[in-house]
Amino acid sequence: MGVEQKLGNMGVVTLNLEQTVNWARTNSMWPMLFGLACCAIEMMAAQASNYDVSRFGMELMRASPRQSDLMIVAGRVSRKMAPVLRRLYDQMPDPKWVLSMGDCASCTGVFNNYALVQGVDEVVPVDVYVAGCPPRPEALIHGIITLHEKVRGEGLKTWTATR
Amino acid sequence: MNESFEPVVNALTQRLGAEASEFRGEVTLMIAPEKIVDACRILRDEFGFEMLIAATGVDYWPETKPRFNVIYLIYSFTHNLNLNLHVPLDGNAPHLPTVEGIYPNANWYEREMWDMFGLRFDGHSDLRRILMPADWEGHPLRKDYPLGYEEVQFSFNYKEVDSKKPYAKD
Amino acid sequence: MNNGSDVNSIVHAADFNDVNVEEFKHLVSERALKGETMLLNMGPQHPSTHGVLRLLLELDGETVVNCIPDIGFLHTGIEKNMEYKNYTKAEVMTDRLDYLNNMGNNLSYCLAVEKLIDLDVPLRAQALRVILAELQRIASHLIWLGTSALDLAAMSVFLYTMREREMILDIFELISGARMMTTYIRPGGLWRDVPVEFESAVRKFLDVMPRRIDEYETLLTNNDLFIDRTKNIGVICADDCMRWGITGPVIRASGKPYDVRKARPYSGYEQYDFVIPTDEGCDIYGRYRVRVAEMRESLKIIQQALSRLPYGPVRSNNRKFVPPPRSELGTSMEAVIHHFKLWTEGFSAPKGGVYVGTESPRGEQGFYIEGNDGPYPQRVFYRGPSFANLQIMPLLSRGHFVADLVGIIGSIDIVLGDCDR
Repeated sequence: MGVEQKLGNMGVVTLNLEQTVNWARTNSMWPMLFGLACCAIEMMAAQASNYDVSRFGMELMRASPRQSDLMIVAGRVSRKMAPVLRRLYDQMPDPKWVLSMGDCASCTGVFNNYALVQGVDEVVPVDVYVAGCPPRPEALIHGIITLHEKVRGEGLKTWTATR
Repeated sequence: MNESFEPVVNALTQRLGAEASEFRGEVTLMIAPEKIVDACRILRDEFGFEMLIAATGVDYWPETKPRFNVIYLIYSFTHNLNLNLHVPLDGNAPHLPTVEGIYPNANWYEREMWDMFGLRFDGHSDLRRILMPADWEGHPLRKDYPLGYEEVQFSFNYKEVDSKKPYAKD
Repeated sequence: MNNGSDVNSIVHAADFNDVNVEEFKHLVSERALKGETMLLNMGPQHPSTHGVLRLLLELDGETVVNCIPDIGFLHTGIEKNMEYKNYTKAEVMTDRLDYLNNMGNNLSYCLAVEKLIDLDVPLRAQALRVILAELQRIASHLIWLGTSALDLAAMSVFLYTMREREMILDIFELISGARMMTTYIRPGGLWRDVPVEFESAVRKFLDVMPRRIDEYETLLTNNDLFIDRTKNIGVICADDCMRWGITGPVIRASGKPYDVRKARPYSGYEQYDFVIPTDEGCDIYGRYRVRVAEMRESLKIIQQALSRLPYGPVRSNNRKFVPPPRSELGTSMEAVIHHFKLWTEGFSAPKGGVYVGTESPRGEQGFYIEGNDGPYPQRVFYRGPSFANLQIMPLLSRGHFVADLVGIIGSIDIVLGDCDR
């Protein structure tokens, strides 16, 4: 508090580094367009004007993995698609997070058969799981806020550790 | 049976030895595999059945006579009639001629039948897998192919299932 | 190597094949193999392919010489999975086939099952089914309009259409509890009767919607930029459509008035007065006009069905196939026996196969179901309109630019769940 008392009302705020970086990361987390099936439609509904996610800084859905931070796996991942998913995850630069949206991405939901990967965490490490078939846009927003809370809790050790 | 079907059914039963049957108002003709191309040509050119709606297969394992039934659903726009053609096939190396020359959209349907059931189509221009990855082994929709069921993880067997699941690290 | 019985195999990134010329050698032209034209992968993850569709493009500069679609990235094995469930439980999977037309898939499946087991459907249920199917058609066309305009860079249309779609989803949530995967239409009728607020909600929607469709038309129909990007692009004539088995707005925009609701009416469609919109354009613009006109026709049908809605039960009384209401279980022994039989084993269907086709927003969709005297189906085959409609991609895109390709994919209106099942 020392610096602020001395400078008075000069418009200076002091924070520590962790808080600043985490604040910056959560407030403009750009999702990568990875809508596969039905959950993609609810993701699109979450982006539309009724359940706006742009108030969380996410209005820009970048199709390119090089320019995005968050991969929302929305929909069922088949065995033919799994290598593509892994490759795109590898192409995303750090820091990156994965949100598994819907039952099919989290645990394959209704389908327990040969064609689907049983839960996308067999292919990429997941940070937040959102349940629902498909989850309501509000549930998706709840998942995003949970992810924001997780990111705000990250410290220097998490950033520098190899993932 | 609707009267408008009579000439079609008569022509195919007399000229190609097809067997006609009816179930819930739908007319089905059973045709031998060698004659399917002629049957389709007669249907399209002489009777105006222009559209192939779909083509698929059924597996009757463990019954082996016949093991497979290939089903063609054909529609006539001019007369507004639906017709089913069934082609019985047996289990060892099942193959039949392609109708791609008559109904071009049979291309993908036959590829799907090759992929899912292992039925070869002689003369097909591009017979390779369509829905499964290119290096997949086996034909999933056959009855002797397992479902690929994974044990459901409840709380009593949570740890056992968890240890067998391949989680991705990084 | 992937084998289906080894479920625990992890797929490594190295297994994915790049644009492998060996695999597609017989499909690309001579010039590609010599290196004169370029092979480009418009991969499974792409903002404009409306799902996971991989297109292999052979490009001569900016012009498309050939376009080879590669599907199967969303293959879910639904048909095989349905063979292991009884008829009522298998219906849950039908919602997820064409995920923009959930009520329509349920309807198509229930019609096929009812034809197979010869079950009657009361009149009130038929009228309500028509209303729900038409509401779903409008919702699907709204998404189509939003996303294909978004692909052609008309971004505000997307926000407007999603606003209307929320009204329809609110109605679905009112009657069944779920926005998308409702499974509300069951064999024999509907799951439950609609609540009292249903009629006023639908009337409010019918009041608001016509002016909103006018709004979309003012944005796009006479817009020079839109016309430049859509006229005379992606042209296919009606005869080619018949040969390739193309149904739905694509064939109607080529001039042929083929609509399953008029050709083989189901669920009481013959009593409603509506026209089949057609257009002579055969191009993307024609398909746009046809779909917008179809939205207006759907509003007419809903209006008629709602005003003539009969009173009565919403599910058949045949207790061999339809479970009894729970209030009867306390008083009637037969009800308990039927309930027990239906819940543990499910009803049995006779041997034989039936096909029922219905009109989905994309074209003719249908189920071919074969029973085998047991509670599980022998085979359930889903005829998806997108599987048939996607085969003409090479025909439509030859000679056009890559930028036009995006508009063409949007105009065929494919949903990959429909195509890959």
